[in-house]
Amino acid sequence: MELVEAILLTVITASTPLLLAASGELVVERAGVLNLGIEGMMIIGAACGFAAAFTTGSVFIGALCGIAAGAALAGVFAALTLGLAANQVASGLALTILGVGLSGLIGTSYIGQKIVGAAHLHIPYLSDLPFVGKMVFGQDAFVYVSVALIAAIWYFLYRTRPGLVLRSVGDNHASAHALGYPVLKIRTLAVLFGGACAGLGGAYLPLAYTPFWVSGMTAGRGWIALALVVFASWMPWRLLIGAYLFGGITILQLHAQATGLGIPSQLMSSLPYLATVIVLVVISWMRGKAGSPAPASLGLAFVPDR
Amino acid sequence: MRLALERRAERSIAIALLSPVIAIALTLVTGAILFALLGKPPLEALRIYFFDPLTDPWALQEIAVKATPLVLIAIGLSMCYLANAWNIGAEGQFLIGAITGGWLAVVTHGTGAGYWVLPAMMLLGALGGALYALIPAFFKVRFGASEILSSLMLVYVAELLLDYLVRGPWRDPKGFNFPTTAEFDDVATMPVLIEGSRLHLGAIIALLVVAAAAIVLGRTLKGFEIRLVGAAPRAARFAGFDDKALTLFTFAVSGALAGLAGIIEVSATVHHLQPGISPGYGFTAIIVAFLGRLNPVGILIAAMFLALTFIGGESAQISLKVPLDLTKVFQGMLLFYVLACDTLILYRIRVMQTQKAVHGAR
Amino acid sequence: MDDAVAVAPGPGRPVQPEGQVPLLEAVGIVKRYGDFTANDNINLQIWPTEVHALLGENGAGKSTLVKMIYGLLQPTAGEFKWQGEPIVLTGPASARARGIGMVFQHFSLFEQLTVAENVALGLDTAPLAGIDERVAEVSRAYGLPLDPKREVWRLSVGERQRIEIVRCLLQNPKLLILDEPTSVLTPQEVEQLFRTLRVLRTEGRAILYISHKLDEVRALCDTATILRGGKVVGTCDPRAESSQSIARMMVGTDIGEVRSDGSKKLGAPRLVVRDLSLMPDDPHGIRLEGISFEVPAGEVLGLAGVAGNGQDELFAALSGEVRSDRADMITIDGRAAGRLTITDRRRIGVAFVPEERLGHATAPRFKLSDNTLISGHVAGSMVRGGFIDRGQMVAFVDHITKSYDVRKGKPDPEAASLSGGNLQKYVVGREILREPKLLIISQPTWGVDAGAAAAIRQAIIDLASRGAAVLVMSQDLDELYEICDRLVVICAGRLSAPRVTRHADRGEIGMLMAGVGIKGKEDAHAARA
Repeated sequence: MELVEAILLTVITASTPLLLAASGELVVERAGVLNLGIEGMMIIGAACGFAAAFTTGSVFIGALCGIAAGAALAGVFAALTLGLAANQVASGLALTILGVGLSGLIGTSYIGQKIVGAAHLHIPYLSDLPFVGKMVFGQDAFVYVSVALIAAIWYFLYRTRPGLVLRSVGDNHASAHALGYPVLKIRTLAVLFGGACAGLGGAYLPLAYTPFWVSGMTAGRGWIALALVVFASWMPWRLLIGAYLFGGITILQLHAQATGLGIPSQLMSSLPYLATVIVLVVISWMRGKAGSPAPASLGLAFVPDR
Repeated sequence: MRLALERRAERSIAIALLSPVIAIALTLVTGAILFALLGKPPLEALRIYFFDPLTDPWALQEIAVKATPLVLIAIGLSMCYLANAWNIGAEGQFLIGAITGGWLAVVTHGTGAGYWVLPAMMLLGALGGALYALIPAFFKVRFGASEILSSLMLVYVAELLLDYLVRGPWRDPKGFNFPTTAEFDDVATMPVLIEGSRLHLGAIIALLVVAAAAIVLGRTLKGFEIRLVGAAPRAARFAGFDDKALTLFTFAVSGALAGLAGIIEVSATVHHLQPGISPGYGFTAIIVAFLGRLNPVGILIAAMFLALTFIGGESAQISLKVPLDLTKVFQGMLLFYVLACDTLILYRIRVMQTQKAVHGAR
Repeated sequence: MDDAVAVAPGPGRPVQPEGQVPLLEAVGIVKRYGDFTANDNINLQIWPTEVHALLGENGAGKSTLVKMIYGLLQPTAGEFKWQGEPIVLTGPASARARGIGMVFQHFSLFEQLTVAENVALGLDTAPLAGIDERVAEVSRAYGLPLDPKREVWRLSVGERQRIEIVRCLLQNPKLLILDEPTSVLTPQEVEQLFRTLRVLRTEGRAILYISHKLDEVRALCDTATILRGGKVVGTCDPRAESSQSIARMMVGTDIGEVRSDGSKKLGAPRLVVRDLSLMPDDPHGIRLEGISFEVPAGEVLGLAGVAGNGQDELFAALSGEVRSDRADMITIDGRAAGRLTITDRRRIGVAFVPEERLGHATAPRFKLSDNTLISGHVAGSMVRGGFIDRGQMVAFVDHITKSYDVRKGKPDPEAASLSGGNLQKYVVGREILREPKLLIISQPTWGVDAGAAAAIRQAIIDLASRGAAVLVMSQDLDELYEICDRLVVICAGRLSAPRVTRHADRGEIGMLMAGVGIKGKEDAHAARA
């Protein structure tokens, strides 16, 4: 029982960075922009977040810096793909390469340093409840933020007029433009928001998950976050399920390696990546029969006529 | 007043040629600022990074050695991108090529096998890379799964497979427990061009591939098909070309070339399999492809420039004490600037008056 | 010049109370584009509670007039009066503010959003909360069944149209414009729509109903205004007229020069289409049903019809871009070709000119020489052993340029930089110079200046006289009368029996275009017998 509880606890922490980054990308893609640079924005968020937290001693300031760094990099992407109508796929790759390089540059003086990671909530009695206590009432702030973010995004997209306009822009940018909605401005804001979320998700890694900086510590999570958005069919609550599922696979393979079942550890480590491919195939295949839920303008450049 | 894009009637050839040059210039300027921020003398740092290697014969050779895999991979990628098929998993196909080709070197090790080994390794490497690339391509055409994500995911899988092999079944028993295979035999080693140098036959192969690609893209119906499918899909269907078959084809070709690059790299410069045999060639080649404007000759030039950033980065690491990651920063910036400049080929930037124009024609 | 009888507003007009003014009046409306006059001195009155039909062929000027009424275009001369007051409509918003609503033929909907969300986006300021209820309310009140929570992509075309209507009705319009509303509906959905429109009339709203379907207009409308060539040629009470008399007014009786004297010697059939039925991939597409016809060597067969009645689908089926279900549905020179690819069809001597010049017939950003390969790679000397011969390609461009007088700024420009007429001459030249045995050509002179159009038509006739079979699809009836030996008419994916052009009555062709007289299979079978 304790082992199960421990596993579930770690599943939640392993899922949180995926959830944060993917929820930002969900909004971006809903606005019709495909930003493949999540990995770059996450790692720059991780590096800046750690540097700030180490310097100030505050995890909160670290998180804020991670958010700012992710959004700043996203700003470059917005200038390129929205301002200059550059190819979104190639620009996203450039963002990843740049982000990974910059993070190495920033992180180089922090290698081997440690900080005190994010504190966990403790409510007397509630947090001490058996089993659910720690899981529901004993997490760090990021976990609560990530779940709240999903709720907020859901509310924004489906219950507010600006959210509706954002979805209309992603669905048919020409019609939205014709109705008088500012397509490029809405998309720019969405991309910045996506960058902020990815930055926060990246910052979670050195601020809470493993409280030290390792070069390249996002290890492909940005790409998995992209796949999660597809898995979730661009719906916020499904993202929650998907993220915990993938977090679960990550943790399970770690535990399976620890038990030494004789399965090569590399095979177990590759499970999240293989699972991503399989999920993509299955989702696309099922979708092929029922019509695509992807935003119809996704990845297409928009240059208004005049 | 604000800026807006305006479509050109016809693509600007002058900008198309100038765009990479402008991009490089902008990268250098930004680089100088970056060095200043890092507290290094900007001009001297740029000299060490980008110009000193050009005056050093050893470094020049190294540029050719590093440009070889970049050229091979980027040529294949350029065909994919021209056809609007997004293979970004060349790094994985490179590693699989090294593994399938390297397998022959491992099993023939110490058996006294003849000179057929090296050519057979090349063939196996290309085959392995092609098959590995066909996985995401098949998922794309059969199920509509994003080839971008699946080809990238398979990079991580290939890395782990290589890691498993060199730590497990293929580990050199005499290797002091290091994760590496035994040193390849001479018959499994790529011959050098000049005695005592590292410049090897692979560079010649890369040049041949450039020439072949230039002919295919410029002079054959297949090349026309690749360009047409990417540029005007409906006209391509009207011409009777099958876009799905072409996706499989371009992925197979680019996978084969990446795999070939992988086996050439291990047989020519590393001489055994170990983790980390690629400093990210598969990703850097994406930049090479774009910087080279998806044109074979352009790619050749671009690959040498990117190779220069690798060499310059190494020497800057030693003499300036700047981290090696600076190379990636330069590469990322370069790709950004190339993409930005490319916009100017199709659009011109117009200054718009913000005041509402008087278009009240009744 | 018009011998059509302009029927004066006569008996049968339901509401025209003494001392009242029309809801909307067009006074001497003119719209010019350069030399071309799309609307020429249009006068029109729409009264409250009136269902007013606007009838005319494609290109008669209906859309131009309607766009001006909705504020999308500004008239060159003349004025509109709203309830007797002169008004200037600067845009759709100002039209909406007066109480004019419009349901477009091509919907501007967001596929992935729900019905209610689509409605909300179109309303300028509406609170999101409660929109579901308002949509539900309106759809109940007017018999427009709609589930506000469903996404648009799940809906049928008819349901999509209801969204547009509901969106209009929520703005409480006094005048509702419907542009070809039934062209995309099933008969049941048409019934439903008519019931709704009648309810709207009893509420005191006026409806401007644009159509070319005579039976519908006669069933629904109180008044019909008929346009031809940008002019009003008649106003009548459609219930008091016969379909024939209205069709005659739409099409006119002045017959252009018919080149075909009917005494041509025709050869064996080169193209035989038999019972071709095809479901469209695209939900907006038209289903082809039991299409049968043949084109013998030496003949030019014209295919008339209003746009969007299956011409695109038929072209794709004949070209091989869409494969038929059975090989024997299409026979080319005696060979079952229904399952052949477009390349194989070219190989046995067929050439195709699609309607869309840029992006379909040519790659816009490719040079003209590269564009020769699109059809030229199949046969001839431009490709040998997989290698292309640039010299041959450039020489072929020169050949086309000389033979068809293609004007261009430099020897080998990108296709997109040519004017429409010159690019069309290039495309037609590219295909005819291959000397096909069968040519399928769609809209040969669409948007082409008169000189180029004459040259292209002559080239088609000359090709047929050299023994080729030609199928011309066009919405320009004058053009078809000029160059075709026989005519068939397509409507809603079905084909009429052929008529010999010399004896074909334009009124009858007009009725066929409106769907009167095409019964489907029986007729088409008879055509073969």
